[in-house]
Formats: sequence, structure tokens, C-alpha cells
Amino acid sequence: MDNPRPIIEVRGLRMQFAGKTAPIVVLESIDLNVVRGEFVCIVGPSGCGKSTLLNIIAGFLKPTAGEVLVNGTQVSGPNPQRIFVFQENGVFPWLTVEQNIGFGLDRLSPNEKAPIIQRYVDMVGLTKFEKLYPRELSGGMRQRVEIARALAANPDIIYMDEPFGALDFLTRLKMRADLTRIWQEERKTILFVTHDIEESVQLADRVIVLSPRPGKIQKDLAIDLPRPRDLDSSAYLETRDEIFHTMGMSLRVGSEQGSPREPTTNRL
Amino acid sequence: MKRWLPVLLPVISITAAVSLWDLAVVLSRTDIFPRPHEVILAIGELVSRGVLFNYIIASLFRVSVGFTLATLVGVPLGLTLGWFRPALWAINPIIQILRPISPIAWIPVAILWFRVDDRAPIFLIFLASVFPITVSSLAAVQNIQPVYVRAAENFGLRGFALFRRVIFPACLPQILTGLRIAMGIAWLVVVAAEMIAVNSGLGYLIIDARNAGKRYDLVVAGMLMIGLIGLFLDFLIRQLELFDEVKWGYSQRN
Repeated sequence: MDNPRPIIEVRGLRMQFAGKTAPIVVLESIDLNVVRGEFVCIVGPSGCGKSTLLNIIAGFLKPTAGEVLVNGTQVSGPNPQRIFVFQENGVFPWLTVEQNIGFGLDRLSPNEKAPIIQRYVDMVGLTKFEKLYPRELSGGMRQRVEIARALAANPDIIYMDEPFGALDFLTRLKMRADLTRIWQEERKTILFVTHDIEESVQLADRVIVLSPRPGKIQKDLAIDLPRPRDLDSSAYLETRDEIFHTMGMSLRVGSEQGSPREPTTNRL
Repeated sequence: MKRWLPVLLPVISITAAVSLWDLAVVLSRTDIFPRPHEVILAIGELVSRGVLFNYIIASLFRVSVGFTLATLVGVPLGLTLGWFRPALWAINPIIQILRPISPIAWIPVAILWFRVDDRAPIFLIFLASVFPITVSSLAAVQNIQPVYVRAAENFGLRGFALFRRVIFPACLPQILTGLRIAMGIAWLVVVAAEMIAVNSGLGYLIIDARNAGKRYDLVVAGMLMIGLIGLFLDFLIRQLELFDEVKWGYSQRN
């Protein structure tokens, strides 16, 4: 509150890749501010450049034009103060759960590390699995390890690129609930990319909707609903439908009111 | 029944092969090629003369030294070439030209440089194993999952720390596979090298048994020992693949 400056500032961002004939513009005129402690989701149809945007903000890619500032400093590369959670799971398979979670703590002595590791092992619900290797875990548990590894490093910001994309539906629901709880405990700034509109409405303080390529910010929607969110409340459903509508899809097709998944997924 | 098959079938096939061998020798009425039991007796003879053990030690010693040197050179060289493109451009052509040359072709050169001395077969074993080790380490770096490198860079790892904590462990399963292939080749080559360059070892045993009296029972006894020890060496290296730090790299093989 005493620091009014946004933690992340994106200004006039443009990204294009070389194409066969003409360059392909992926992102255009992106301006975005994120406040410290905010949970922001970026949604958009596949290929809209949302993942590219996150990679630029995290410093893994250089934009064609524009700039990204974090804490007022221009981003020139990845940084341990801002940890990225990867879609394809970046947990190291040669390390155990606890070794992975302690990966960013190598400057500390073993005695200093142990309580931090334990705290995050417990927080993500991996108690008793500390000594196991990632290949012995389910996909959801591996994502928990990666989230715990990010949290243990105590970064200012966590970037998440469709972290639950490869998980089954029920696991995904559980992960969302747990991530909400963890975020409430830790109050990290989270920038979360997903193609799943419901996921974004369940998780975020703010949802940024990108248009199809070239991705522009189509809508910036604050979601002021109490957590944990009631997925049957009319406020939740209205917000969700508003985003669906923004993305050019009407849910109220014929009589299929209750099942947005059927008619929409094909069009995504 | 099913539980016994993995044991039973090899016993049956080996018994059949040995019987076929025996039958062929008897039917052909050769008095040069030995029957199976004569080979067993020959092994007994080698043991009682006290040479078998010494020859095995001599061969294993040469393989260990040459193979260790090749590992010490090949792994760092391969990892470096895989990581630094300019190094690859500079060094790779030399490797690719030298690699297809059979170590056997180096025998005259080895004799010229080292005479009839342990160093000659060690040099040949080094040559034979350094290329597969280098190439597999190089390929391991090139095939590393980009997400591991990105995660490591995100945690601020650079230079040697990046290599030690991420690149090397990520490459280790494939490096071990390279070591296993190299060990197989090294064991092939030590036998050939010992036929020419030295007067001890299993290769020497074979060529000596033939030259000094056409003792084919000793020749085949030597061959059998080579096969069994080669199998044992491969088994040893395979044990390394069971460590948790590398097991992830050999998926679904159980």
C-alpha cells in the first residue's frame, strides 16, 4: 500500500517472429501493470501469444519493441527473484522431492534449509513424499513440487505457464483450490497463463483477455469475489460468461445452459 | 511354469548349442577343433599352470587404464563440445574423421610409438573407447530438455555451477549408455591388441596357443573366457544404471 508503483509494468510491447514471407506479429501494443501481491490470469485462444507474453515478462525472450519493468528496473533476463513454473514441468528428475524444493536455497546451510523445505513440503501437501524421486510421483504431485520449489526460493513474483494444463480434470480442480489457499498464505504476486476461462475466474483477482493473433489486450476484468469461490454463484457465472462472450462465444446455445464445455471447447 | 521360463529357456538353448557343437565335431572327425569337454579341461590346465588368472588380470588392467583415460578425456570433451558451439565447429570435424578408423588400423602406429609394451594396447583401448564416450556425451548435452536449462538459469545458475548442478546430471543417463558401448568396444579391442603388441593377456593366450602347437582347445578356452568376462563387464556397467540419480533416464524399461 505504501508503494504505489506497480511491481510489473509492460509498456508498448510488440513481438514478431520471422515468417516465410512476412514477419508474423504475435503480440501488439501490450500495456499492462500488475500490483504487488496481485493474482493476475492471462487468458486467450491458443496461438494468441499469451505464453510468449509471459516468457517476455519473465526475461526468457526479448520483445521486438517495448519494455518490461519489474520493481522499476528493465528486465534483461531471468532472475531468481521471479520464478517461472513451466507447463512441461521443470522439476529435476535426478533430485528427490526435498532436493528439488531446496534447489534455490544453495546459499544456506543444511540446517537453515531444512525448516524452509519442510514448510513448503507441508504447504503443497507432499509430507512423507520428501525422499521420493519425481518419476515415482503423479503429474499433479510433480507440479506441486515445482510450485513448492518456486515458493521456497522466496521470489517476489511467480510466473505460471499453464501449470495445470497436463493434469486431469479432478486433479486440476484440487490444484486450483490448493493454489488459492497457498496464495492467500504467501501473498506472492502471481502471473498465471491459461487457456481455461473457468480456471482464470476461479483463481484471479484480475483476468486479462487476449485477442486472437496478433494478441492484444481485449479486456481487463477485475474479479472481486470472495475466496474460496463458489462456482455456482451467479456472480461467478456472470463473470465467466462475460469472458466467454468477450472471446466471441455464446454459452447459451439452445438449451445447453449447464454445460459450457461441450459447445465451447471445439471452437477454442 | 511362466516363472521358470526365463531360466529354463536359456538353459535349454545353451545345452542345445553345446550339444550341436559336440555333434558337429564328432561327425566331422576333426582332430584339431576341440569338443566342449576338452575346452573345460583346457581351462583347468590353464588354471593349474597359473596363467589364466594372470592373463585375465593383464587384460582387465589394460582395459581399465585405457577406458578410465578415455572417460576422463571423453566426458568433459563431449560436454564442452555440446555446450559451446564454436568448440564443436572447431573440433568436431577432426573427431568425425578419426572416429571411423578402426583401432586395429592404429596397431602399427601404436607399436611404432610404444613398442611391445603395455602402453600400446592401453593406447588402442583409449582410442577405441574415447570416441563413443565423447559422441554420447556430446549428444547428451544437445538432447537435454530445454526446460531444465531454463529452470536452472531462472535460479541464477551460470558457468560451472550450471554444469555441475544441472547439465551434468541431466546428461548422466546418456553418458552411462555411451560408457557401456565403449566398454564393449574396449573389450573387443584389447584382445586384438594383445595378439600383436604384448606377450600376456587373453588375446596373447589365443594367438600363442595357435602358433605354438595348434592347441585349439586352449584357443577356444580363451575365447570362452573373453565372452564370459565381457558379459560380466557389461553387467557391472548396467548396475550403474540402477542408481536413482540416473534411473529416470531409462524410461519404462523396468
